[in-house]
Amino acid sequence: MVDSKNNFATTPDPQAFVQIQSLSKDFDEFKAVDQVNLDIRKGELFAILGGSGCGKSTLLRMLAGLETPTSGRIIVDGDDITDWPAYDRPINMMFQSYALFPHMTVEKNIAYGLRKQGIERSEIDRRVQRMLELVQLGGFAKRKPNRLSGGEKQRVALARALIKNPKLLLLDEPLAALDKKLREQTQFELMNLQDELGITFIVVTHDQEEAMTLATRIAVMKEGQFVQTGTPAQIYEYPKNRFVANFIGTINIFDATVVELDDSGLTAKLDHSEILMKAHTDSAASTGDKVGIAVRPEKISISKQLPMGENITTAKGVVLDLAYYGNYSIYRVKTESGLMVQVSAQNRQRSSEHVVEWDDEVYLSWEQGSSIVLLE
Amino acid sequence: MKRQSTALLSMLCFGFAFLYIPIFLLIAYSFNDSRLISVWGGFSTRWYSALFANEQIIDAALLSLQVAVVSATVATIFGTLAGLALTRMGKFRGRLFFTGIVAAPLVMPEVITGLSLLLLFVSLQELIGWPATRGVTTITIAHITFSMAYVTVIVQSRMLSMDRSLEEAGMDLGGRPFQVFLDITLPIISPAMISGWLLAFTISLDDLVIASFVSGAGSNTLPMVIFSKVKLGVTPDINALATLIILAVSIGVAVAGWIMLRQNRSLS
Repeated sequence: MVDSKNNFATTPDPQAFVQIQSLSKDFDEFKAVDQVNLDIRKGELFAILGGSGCGKSTLLRMLAGLETPTSGRIIVDGDDITDWPAYDRPINMMFQSYALFPHMTVEKNIAYGLRKQGIERSEIDRRVQRMLELVQLGGFAKRKPNRLSGGEKQRVALARALIKNPKLLLLDEPLAALDKKLREQTQFELMNLQDELGITFIVVTHDQEEAMTLATRIAVMKEGQFVQTGTPAQIYEYPKNRFVANFIGTINIFDATVVELDDSGLTAKLDHSEILMKAHTDSAASTGDKVGIAVRPEKISISKQLPMGENITTAKGVVLDLAYYGNYSIYRVKTESGLMVQVSAQNRQRSSEHVVEWDDEVYLSWEQGSSIVLLE
Repeated sequence: MKRQSTALLSMLCFGFAFLYIPIFLLIAYSFNDSRLISVWGGFSTRWYSALFANEQIIDAALLSLQVAVVSATVATIFGTLAGLALTRMGKFRGRLFFTGIVAAPLVMPEVITGLSLLLLFVSLQELIGWPATRGVTTITIAHITFSMAYVTVIVQSRMLSMDRSLEEAGMDLGGRPFQVFLDITLPIISPAMISGWLLAFTISLDDLVIASFVSGAGSNTLPMVIFSKVKLGVTPDINALATLIILAVSIGVAVAGWIMLRQNRSLS
């Protein structure tokens, strides 16, 4: 059994720019953040992903200095900043509500951080001007925040947080308040900006798609702890447990019992049926263990003919539901053994009629290597 | 539809008439030439000249204004501090109790407030010899005491509706707590403070009961003078005075309303 609690406490990264060491925050009896360890390198775009109440915002607020940790240390660029007040930290934050000062113009909002540093007026004007251009708000300098659209507000908030050239920029749900089109566009702008400035970003989000597309690395958080840390592909393709597998994307999970182990992996028998599934695994499972065999919907192929091949798992079933999205379709298939399986398939051939229809008898198949063995 | 709207309209007219006809009558009669209050004797402005010649009334008006300005200003400062303490200091011991006692003067009958303040001043005088006489000082203190409650409530509700992250953003950008208070919090709660001040000012200007309890010989506020004059029979110069007060209050309310409308528009 892998111990999820102490998995990240080991091996500090010598190149770490931000180091979070066994950081905890208790609210009375409730552990909002529980012994979190994390190393982030310079220039990374790191995402903390989790549902509401998982402690991700508390963690971010501790980094910003808006919340005092119960225990643990925060080190940024070699300085232990755990006890520094928010206003002395080389860290800036973009708030979820943007928190633009309503009585100040765009220009004054952006200049606020520099004014508090006591920088010369002409220097402030120059830097604000450059920042306005960077976020493409050249003509908005004299406007008040209430006369800006959601996307414009978001860019002002970003400019205001970036103007002091922080060592670390924290973004709390940066895209949550934008509509879908704007979100996609802003996402790329954010990535380009981060690339251009080379500032280390930490993004907190509940939206797995946002985390996947933005981040170079993701930590999945649950009940105050990191469940898994890795690149988006690692987390998607090799989820550590059921929680991560379910949280990121869609997945079919079948309860099974290990019946045989060999060099290439294991064979498991699905519960309540006689189907045997083969899967690769590196984890230490033994015969008789209860496991989950998981397969992503896009790894499964659907066809009307019985597929042939080595090392594949096949199942026969009936299409119950079909959703057509244009570029792809999603099928819900009930297999002969009564399992519900979700399959997604690209619509490669142009056709106004579905190749596979409702109530069609189909064969599902996937390669042995696509199956993920989940021990917990 | 048509009938219903006629009924609604007449109800509206009746309501407004009920509220405003007495005031318009009062204004009209202030220009009445006759000495008798209820008999029209032609147009005249002579009661206005009579009013400005009446030193008792002028002195009382000046005293009332002075008390109102000082007490409203002090009440706004204290009330704002209390409002901040109740919303920004977290759950300190006795917060609920403090909320309760801050709001108590709002529901306390004025007679009781006045009587208890009088008792306080009398016993203070016996114990420490201050206040030596009752007059402007005691009236001002009494007015601060109970108008502060109104300011507290107004500021408190504004603070509660204010996005907490605005202050956090200020700190995050390098503002020390007091600077953030001056740069961010104060401008945002200023409409509440202005309306609190205006309310405190009006309450003070209008108060008869409490002032009667805590004032001493020779220091009479305007409501006290008017009330004592009315007991001897209403003279038309009181109508003239009332007209001037109505005018001043209308202008004040209009200006305050305009300021707050503008502020709210830029904050929403």
